[in-house]
Amino acid sequence: MSPIIAGPLLTGNAWLQLALYMAVLTACVVPLGAYMARVFEGKRTFMSPVLGWLESLIYKACGIDSAKEMNWTAYAVATLAFSAVSFVVLYLILALQNLLPLNPQALPGLSPDLSFNTAVSFVTNTNWQSYAGETTMSYFSQMVGLTVQNFVTPAVGLAVMAALIRGLVRKETSEIGNFWVDMIRANLYVLLPLSLILAVVLGALGVVQTFAPYITAHTLQGADQTIALGPVASQEAIKMIGTNGGGFFNVNSAHPFENPTPFTNFLELLSILLIPAACCYTFGAMVGDKRQGWAIYAAMTVIFVPLMLFCVAMEQSGNPHLAALHIDQLASHLQAGGNMEGKETRFGIVNSGLWASATTAASNGSVNAMHDSFTPLGGLVPLILMKFGEVIYGGVGSGLYGMLIFVVIAVFISGLMVGRTPEYLGKKIQAFEIKMASIGTLVPGILVLVGTAIALMAKDGQAGIFNPGAQGFSEVLYAVTSASNNNGSAFAGLSANTPFYNVLLGVCMLFGRFFIIVPVLAMAGSLATKKTVPTSAGTLPTHNALFVAVLVGVVVLVGVLNYAPTLALGPVVEHFNMIKG
Amino acid sequence: MKILVSNLRPAIVSTLLLTLLLGGVYPALTTFILKVGFPHQAEGSLIRDHGHVVGSTLIGQNFDKPEYLWGRLSATATAPYNAGASSGSNLGVNNPALLDAVKGRIKALKAADPGNTAPIPVDLVTASASGLDPEISPAAAEYQVHRIAIARHVDEAAVRSAIASSTKGRTLGVLGEPRVNVLEVNLRLDGKL
Repeated sequence: MSPIIAGPLLTGNAWLQLALYMAVLTACVVPLGAYMARVFEGKRTFMSPVLGWLESLIYKACGIDSAKEMNWTAYAVATLAFSAVSFVVLYLILALQNLLPLNPQALPGLSPDLSFNTAVSFVTNTNWQSYAGETTMSYFSQMVGLTVQNFVTPAVGLAVMAALIRGLVRKETSEIGNFWVDMIRANLYVLLPLSLILAVVLGALGVVQTFAPYITAHTLQGADQTIALGPVASQEAIKMIGTNGGGFFNVNSAHPFENPTPFTNFLELLSILLIPAACCYTFGAMVGDKRQGWAIYAAMTVIFVPLMLFCVAMEQSGNPHLAALHIDQLASHLQAGGNMEGKETRFGIVNSGLWASATTAASNGSVNAMHDSFTPLGGLVPLILMKFGEVIYGGVGSGLYGMLIFVVIAVFISGLMVGRTPEYLGKKIQAFEIKMASIGTLVPGILVLVGTAIALMAKDGQAGIFNPGAQGFSEVLYAVTSASNNNGSAFAGLSANTPFYNVLLGVCMLFGRFFIIVPVLAMAGSLATKKTVPTSAGTLPTHNALFVAVLVGVVVLVGVLNYAPTLALGPVVEHFNMIKG
Repeated sequence: MKILVSNLRPAIVSTLLLTLLLGGVYPALTTFILKVGFPHQAEGSLIRDHGHVVGSTLIGQNFDKPEYLWGRLSATATAPYNAGASSGSNLGVNNPALLDAVKGRIKALKAADPGNTAPIPVDLVTASASGLDPEISPAAAEYQVHRIAIARHVDEAAVRSAIASSTKGRTLGVLGEPRVNVLEVNLRLDGKL
């Protein structure tokens, strides 16, 4: 077997692109994070003159008393009631799309199992797709069904995050905010303005936005080519901003109409991590100690950057089977080189590896390259980032509240080591909080391992596998991991549009979302009722490098303990199969 | 139970109002702005020849005749470059079907240009993510210059000039990868652009 690549695995340009991305992301964290803190503290913002009237109008029509706050059970019931109504509306739109307008391709209604899977998927902010957009969904389903959920589910995430932060900030009260106010303000003041700006910019750069039917082109070689169109820009923007990731087209952001240029790619990549990263600053601002937010941001970044670099390097190293055929895989100023199967020319290796890492660090799940065709170790990176529980930046709102679960565990472990009652931000962490945190960390692990086992043992589960050998195992593992952690990306060779997978993955998505949300709200309620303990010399500081290291250690430890055997059976075996030739 | 009932009205009414705003007003406003400001992009960056649509700048087409520049392999269903059903191959690195596809492309390239002994650039033998990639690397374009020049009985310089006119560098010198728009090059070679 010939050596894979003679050149560097990270080119000078790779370092430049990756550094630029992290720098611009970090620069956006402060202004957006500070703005969101004002939104969730109920303060006026510069958008209030534009949108304030609409906010009041919605409260009035819904019969919401915006001054009235809720205890945690009321907050949880409101969250679940809203999600249930969303599910019913979306299910009906999908199942009955043949009777609804804006269906120029005359696409039929979705089957019951696919309607169930898709409705659950979009209501849980997973946006897993068992279907191919352009051959399945009418413009109405995309725009009125899916786009609306792309807004409201990250808004739910932000609301739950705001409630948890209030639980930490407030003392001796049972009230943690008003769900309706938090959810509606998140939509109006955060998601809508950002999406409108991004949609127009993407549209100007080539993302399509039309209600015209698909067009037929007569090609240069004399064939007829059907070109799918649609109202893409408006959906693309919130798909990226809201850590949704459900593509308008089958191949998602690899499609030139969703992501036509390197510049649109940069904007979409930035949008993936924008709000989740900014939430760290929002947290710091709301608890009145910005160092606490930066510590969490630092822990996320310390995990993200090395994995992302590793992913890019593995993809740049190419495929040894192709090297044996004398294919030129060396990066130069004339080509990206590397493992180009399932990647687009304009994105090359660097932007495909960066995207795969960002989209799975956040619970976005969009793709601009086909993860199933990644090198085994390159594909291990998105898999392990999801397995960390979607807390490395994570989903909009859900990333931060998920990370705070790990913070509680980190504080608890540190407390055990020094023999003091653990505290976080002056709140005593006691049995109830640890129980809730344990549910939050164990549920995804149980779903992933049991779900994968069921799929692999069932005939219907094995039937969906596409690639032979260990890669086939990884396809199933990836699908269940993605659903259970509400990511939504796939090793897309797997044929998942079957009643078996639609139901199994639907259940994983539901449990993976709401078995975190309810314990988090319970924890918020419990924390809110406590007194604040004054800091003393014995208080464990939670804003310094030592604590960041402990937090990183806890996240990695839980992930590795849960999943190391599965990773060994899938990507690692596949890697050795690759290099043995 | 009481708490559930009290949440029913806000749940239903807010869902309806937000659907109206985010699923109606927002996409309609986006459509309006883009239709007025950027109509060409909004309708798909289409290329017309005497009024007929011949393709889109952003969507690749299948080329296998020797006189045309060839693009990436495409794994879309029923026919390559089916822009009504985008798809990657999803083949894993060790899948024998991947090697078969690569070998098939190598064979086609060699058959069309037997004298060419240069190493073949990787993007010319691999399928794109979308199956619709409109571009190839400058290295993959250069590999094909000799074949196109012979097939068209023109100078290699003329082919290179058509390629150079449709080549883009990295955005701002940093972002993305250098690339050549395949359809544009072929329109130039045919004298249609």
